[in-house]
Amino acid sequence: MAIIERETEVMVPVTVTPTSTYGVLKRPVSATGWRAWVFTVDHKKLGLMYGATAMFFFIVGGVEALLIRLQLAAPNGKVLNADLYNQMFTMHATTMVFLFVMPMAAGLANYFIPLQIGARDVAFPRINALGFWLLLFGGIFINLSWFLGGAADGGWFMYAPNSGPVFSPTNGIDFWAFGLQIAGIASLTGAINLIVTVLNMRAPGMTLMKMPIFTWMMTVVQFLLLFAVPVITVALFLLSFQRNFGARFFDVAAGADPLLWQHLFWIFGHPEVYILVLPAFGIVSEVLPVFSRKPLFGYPFVVFSGAAIGFVGWGVWAHHMFASGLGPVSVAVFSLTTMAIAVPTGVKIINWTLTMWGGKLYFSTAMKFSIGLIVLFTVGGLSGVTHSVAPSDTQQTDTYYIVAHFHYVLFGGAVLGFFSGFYYWWPKMFGKMLNEKLGGWNFWLMVIGMNLTFGPMHILGLQGQPRRMYQWTEARAGEGFFNLAFWNLIASIGSFVLAVGILLFLINVVITARNPTKSPLDPWNSRSLEWMTSNPPKEHNFDVIPTVHHLDEFFHRKYEEDSATHTMRQIATAEEIMAEQERNADKHIHMPSPSYWPIVLAGAVPIITFGMIFSHLIAVIGGVILLFAAFGWALEPSTAPESDFENNSSQGTALDKVGH
Amino acid sequence: MTDAVVHGHESSTGISNVKLGMWAFLGSECLLFGGLISTYMLYRGRVTGGPRPAQIFDIPFTSVSSFVLLMSSLTMVLAVSAAHKNEDRKTNLWLTVTALLGATFVGGQVYEFTAFYNEGLGFSTSLFGSSFYTLTGFHGVHVTVGIIMLMALVGIFKRSEVPGKKAEVVEMIGLYWHFVDIIWIIIFTLVYLIPV
Amino acid sequence: MTTDTTHTATSAEHSENHGMSTAGYIRIAAILAAITALEVSTVYIDFGPFFLPALLIMMAVKFVMVVSYFMHLKFDNKIFSLMFYAGLILAVGVYAAFLATFKFFIQ
Ligand code: HEM
Ligand SMILES: [Cu+2]
Repeated sequence: MAIIERETEVMVPVTVTPTSTYGVLKRPVSATGWRAWVFTVDHKKLGLMYGATAMFFFIVGGVEALLIRLQLAAPNGKVLNADLYNQMFTMHATTMVFLFVMPMAAGLANYFIPLQIGARDVAFPRINALGFWLLLFGGIFINLSWFLGGAADGGWFMYAPNSGPVFSPTNGIDFWAFGLQIAGIASLTGAINLIVTVLNMRAPGMTLMKMPIFTWMMTVVQFLLLFAVPVITVALFLLSFQRNFGARFFDVAAGADPLLWQHLFWIFGHPEVYILVLPAFGIVSEVLPVFSRKPLFGYPFVVFSGAAIGFVGWGVWAHHMFASGLGPVSVAVFSLTTMAIAVPTGVKIINWTLTMWGGKLYFSTAMKFSIGLIVLFTVGGLSGVTHSVAPSDTQQTDTYYIVAHFHYVLFGGAVLGFFSGFYYWWPKMFGKMLNEKLGGWNFWLMVIGMNLTFGPMHILGLQGQPRRMYQWTEARAGEGFFNLAFWNLIASIGSFVLAVGILLFLINVVITARNPTKSPLDPWNSRSLEWMTSNPPKEHNFDVIPTVHHLDEFFHRKYEEDSATHTMRQIATAEEIMAEQERNADKHIHMPSPSYWPIVLAGAVPIITFGMIFSHLIAVIGGVILLFAAFGWALEPSTAPESDFENNSSQGTALDKVGH
Repeated sequence: MTDAVVHGHESSTGISNVKLGMWAFLGSECLLFGGLISTYMLYRGRVTGGPRPAQIFDIPFTSVSSFVLLMSSLTMVLAVSAAHKNEDRKTNLWLTVTALLGATFVGGQVYEFTAFYNEGLGFSTSLFGSSFYTLTGFHGVHVTVGIIMLMALVGIFKRSEVPGKKAEVVEMIGLYWHFVDIIWIIIFTLVYLIPV
Repeated sequence: MTTDTTHTATSAEHSENHGMSTAGYIRIAAILAAITALEVSTVYIDFGPFFLPALLIMMAVKFVMVVSYFMHLKFDNKIFSLMFYAGLILAVGVYAAFLATFKFFIQ
């Protein structure tokens, strides 16, 4: 597992397992079976585990959404009662934002950043594993509340005073606050890990401006996480202290200002929306050039507009609070900054369009999803601009119009981007291509379904249907084209079309897994480094660490410009490049060793928070486990020492001299 | 301790992974303490019948404990300096002194909290109480974590089984410790010295 | 900041070269102690209108001194400064704006 000996002639890596150990517990040594996953520190395995977890929560959140739409399909809905309805929309949003989109982005980043920058792993492999387990346990922890008295019910932004014990007496919000806190630690450790990875572990020659655009956008996201997560951490602590230890932070009787929570939440919340959507922007910026057979138009502009979005995103948060009585000066300032942030977003849309302009377009499923994103995200961006105008927003806020806006940006943006990435990268991750024909159905059903679901919400909202209302009545539905009954029904039907579309994806996954056909090495004729290795990549990613000379390095190894005709001419195939790499393979590669500690440490945290809610004794037990795990971790070297291996090779290359 | 395995090649920037990660973490912590300090600033005057800050603060006492924490930064930096010179005995000595000074500070805080409580300022008494205890409590927890790390380090050094480079580990804990100190520099001025 | 930007892909372990002498550290600590004494004196001596700015400036000076000398930021790679000051400046900016929306500064 941890050390790979490669002989020039033998192409199969020989795996040697550690024999002894050092530290508190013996090291996990098995390289197969469930242990190989649970104790792994390999960024690719962790990436897949993030992805699977996210997909699971996507389904959970999706079922919650369908229940909401069933309830609203007809007047006086009886599917859910008011209380359950509140829990449902709160948990739907929480699940989708924190347990689906963020982990999915983290998973893709984990899997592809090291590959795209030509590294063998991330900077802190064990911390990487810790992050995954915290996320998983945090997600489970939040959802435990369903079975322990009821889930959180204050809406995903959990405004005071609704979040107080008077209006929400169950433990739902306690679980919610602590669970998000746990997921927050995961995001923070993940951000630190990936920032250091990107800055420090690029292959020789890969300057920042030669990095693939997905890596760039993910890096911006990690900086946003680094600085935004602590803000929600503060807010959640204040909330927990109020609910569990009698603090007064949001208690108006004590003179508290309920806007305190709103500010803290949205100082985090607006950067958060870019945390949700920038990964998709990165994916699209990878996919479009490949299927347009052209380089990304204006790479530096895409990079800098991404960074600009990340920066300006810090100065717009109060546009979520226009209706809260902020005062005219604040409203005017935040209205202007919000309009300004549409500019770098627009720059990106223009760049994507010009990337396709004049290209030889190939409409693979990945490409379709990317084009879908450009169109549908733009719709959401435009409605966003309509509510940057504060007077118009006061009409729209807390209506279905807002729901329409953020679903166009989130579903039309983040989700379509992810699906584009799934189809594009599936052969890389699993060595098999998803069925393209089924992919077409998957795409069209999702796009039609989403427009049927969220399009009518613009009308509903402008007609005055409030969000978060558990029933609407026939008497208030109005008449004619704009009557609420018709459009509510359409939206509900649309949601099931959407669900069928997503189901087709899952079916596609199963079919593909059963299909024995392997994908070609470079099925899409791609441009970036992650394609310059086998499918799926070997444990050590690259046989030789590539030296980078170009943006789109892999493309430039395959093609050369003919100086006479100014056309690109193929000089090598992916298979030839791969064979060349195998010939020169590094002989002695050290990979980080698996470890028990990440999962033990992560397991201690929910025990502590559980104890905070129910019994401080349990919290103490959790604390002891935490301390024990921390010591175990600290005493264990991240790579097993040389003496831990059989076959201690003395003829290693210069490579194995670094890092001990 | 160090996860800084350089798998096969030198880091692109030539700087160490752990140190870069540590500074990123400290940058992030600025927003954590910023939020807590802002909450306190917003709420410090809202006392609803409970004691006001000026009525309970004991400036001479807090000045002394602030001074103790400040000096622990000096002993910490001496430990780092000794570690870089591979002077194990000195490193251990200064680490121990730093931990003791830190413990004195935390002890002072416990005393102060008890005194305030007896003078009528509970966690639930007022917004001032809630935000004061939250802010200074968070800081106190950070110091305590620092003390645990220092003592653990001394213990581990005795076993002389430090994975990774000794000096770098000391340096990282040093960065954390100084950070906790500069946060107190801000708290001391904004909370204690500037009246409402 | 006068960070040298030339060292790149060389040794990772150069901080000890920049370290100050023990006497240097003690001097810094003495200055910090003196400023602290001055800060505390503002409680007992009336500084009039200078009170608030003086306190804030002394706080900032102490802060920067610890960061620059004890935490070596002044001598280290400037990426570290970038990381830390990015967070610090963002925090000051965002939270100042936050307090401003509560009219905190014009009470
Ligand atoms: C062109 C850029 C955008 C502009 C000008 C914009 C503007 C706004 C404004 C002013 C609101 C507040 C409306 C209200 O509550 O009254 C809002 C809400 C929201 N936006 Fe955007 N937005 C943009 C892009 C995005 C993106 C990229 C995302 C996420 C990927 C996003 C997600 C959201 C969400 C989730 C809400 C609703 C929050 C809630 O109240 O629950 N927006 N947007
Ligand atoms: Cu926003």
